[in-house]
Amino acid sequence: MSRFAEVQVKNNQYKIKGDFHELIPNTPIRDADNGHRLMGITNPRMLVHMHSYGGEAVFFESLSQGKLMASRCDNPKCEYKGSIWQPFRIACPDCLRKMTPIDMTDIARKTAKVHTFMVCERSGAFSLLDKPIKFINIEFDGVATILMSYLAVGEPKMGLRVVPIFKKIDPTYTILDLAWVPEGTKADALPFGFSF
Amino acid sequence: MIKFSEQQLKVPKMMRPVYLVTAGQSKFDRAIPDKRTEELCVDALTMAAEMIDMEPAELKKYIHTCYYGHFADHFGDQLLGEAVIHDRLGLDPLGNIGVKTGGATGGSTLWEAVKAVASGYSDCVLAMGWERMDEVPTDEGNFYISCAADKDWEGPLGHIYTGYYAVMAQKYWQVFGKEEESFRRTMAEISVKHHGYACNNPYAQAPMKITVDDVLKSPVVAYPLRALDACLMSVGAACAIICDEPTAMKLTKGKKNKPLRIWVSAGSHTLRPADRRDMEIPLLPNETAEQYKDFGKKFPGGDRYPGFTGFLGARMAAWYAYRMTGIKDPTEDLDVIELHDAFTISDIQSYEDVGIRPYGYGRDYVESGDCYHTNPKTGKPGKLPSNLSGGLIGCMHAVGATGIMQTFEIACHIWNRWAEMHGKPYWDRCGRTMPKDWTDLQVKDAKRALAISHAGVGSHVTATILMDPDHLLKNDA
Repeated sequence: MSRFAEVQVKNNQYKIKGDFHELIPNTPIRDADNGHRLMGITNPRMLVHMHSYGGEAVFFESLSQGKLMASRCDNPKCEYKGSIWQPFRIACPDCLRKMTPIDMTDIARKTAKVHTFMVCERSGAFSLLDKPIKFINIEFDGVATILMSYLAVGEPKMGLRVVPIFKKIDPTYTILDLAWVPEGTKADALPFGFSF
Repeated sequence: MIKFSEQQLKVPKMMRPVYLVTAGQSKFDRAIPDKRTEELCVDALTMAAEMIDMEPAELKKYIHTCYYGHFADHFGDQLLGEAVIHDRLGLDPLGNIGVKTGGATGGSTLWEAVKAVASGYSDCVLAMGWERMDEVPTDEGNFYISCAADKDWEGPLGHIYTGYYAVMAQKYWQVFGKEEESFRRTMAEISVKHHGYACNNPYAQAPMKITVDDVLKSPVVAYPLRALDACLMSVGAACAIICDEPTAMKLTKGKKNKPLRIWVSAGSHTLRPADRRDMEIPLLPNETAEQYKDFGKKFPGGDRYPGFTGFLGARMAAWYAYRMTGIKDPTEDLDVIELHDAFTISDIQSYEDVGIRPYGYGRDYVESGDCYHTNPKTGKPGKLPSNLSGGLIGCMHAVGATGIMQTFEIACHIWNRWAEMHGKPYWDRCGRTMPKDWTDLQVKDAKRALAISHAGVGSHVTATILMDPDHLLKNDA
């Protein structure tokens, strides 16, 4: 492979450079119990997708800047006006009007607590998190919904007060740039690249 | 607190009666490398024809529309896989369409098939579902399944659906299970029951005689869920033939299958549990608002509905279905059920969503022995036996086929053909050995049954109800 895939957008069109797929030869699958007759083939491949965050891009960009963005419906005609959404949503699911992005980092720092949790010992392929993964679902004062994320330090329990940490060094621009630690955790206990 | 409109809560009404005439299925296994998917579909359709003493070619002449349930193109590595199957089944020039609603794909396929007949568009419809999950190793399979979660917000968090259920298990255990070890053992008992019933099912992938301790000692996947708490990853196909009344009578005249009335309803809820908002509990006919008045006091932490402990999609599927069909109390009005036991915890959650027990008391359905074919506590028939096929934990979860397999199973009970269709010839056909202690699980005098098909963490749920037409609960259903 000469150069790995790179993508930019110009004039709202993707401009691609490098290799987006790799040719890998297939191999036969044979029946070891019956004279090694042919049963099938492998179909190996490596390819790269391009994925747009669209109106959610601001959320993922903000994580790398140490901010947790949410969205709020400010449509005066909406039956549920004032609802704050975390996960961030572009449009209000009730009135379908575009919501207002708001910075809820302080709300998270002051009110986040664990609603439920689990400890994952086995992950699917392509998981980038070290096992065991401590999934937590986090509730916030004044927010209509409950965010799913992971606890980077300590042991989870229901009601545990947690605060957000952000991967500002070498961000991945994915949801993995956001993690949580118990309130009172020292900065030197955070994983590499993360800060409050 | 969100509310639903009067229009959204309209009770569905079909334009004419619809019947399940016959059904069939292939064997199910973790891998079936000696057969292509189309061969499994041919096996299923051939069995459906055989059940009404017809040649497949004869039966095919009646089919007017085809619905194909196939959850994941990724698994089969074939886009438009429905067209491949339609072609290989030789069903040109009929209109056909693929249905994809995750784990509920099988139920949703039936939902569409029933509506096609109810509307008058077709008089005879094929609903065929399948999945081919053996072309990748298990961890890649889990990755593919996790692609049905939100790819930006959930998928990267472990790429494993078990984890998304485990947070619900944890919440349920702590709120309704009150962190009791006995509740954890009740969860494990469901796995013992379903792997045990699978021992009598020739089509089943995972017959096992295990104990509660075996379940509790199995490897942790996502604590508190362990390997034996989880459903299977499978290959296989299942189908059903859905007809209007004249066609149903013609196809079954002088045959063992009595046409069964069929209704399918559907509900939904957010793909991400994170997006669930508070609401009042939509009440089933056997519930009152009064009984949930002090719910948060009885079960601290349980006052948020559906929160992480219930499935609104399942509740609404039952809400619509019971009103369509006149069911007042599922335990009294139904004789046998198949629930979507993706995990032991979600089986318990479903007991409450479909009204077998009130919210918070699901464990009692297992602990009372009501869910068994024969109640282990009394030695008498279980009040409402569930998942006698082995369910998703013991029989299979070939996703697109699952809801149809469940329907095949409950229909066999009402047709009084369970023993025949799970007897020696079918063990031979599946290349499996019939156990010496094989037990006939026919539910005696079964007249009405329910199957729940469920997707994601409750994003889509269908309720399929079958009734002997001479034992309806509502004349205008």
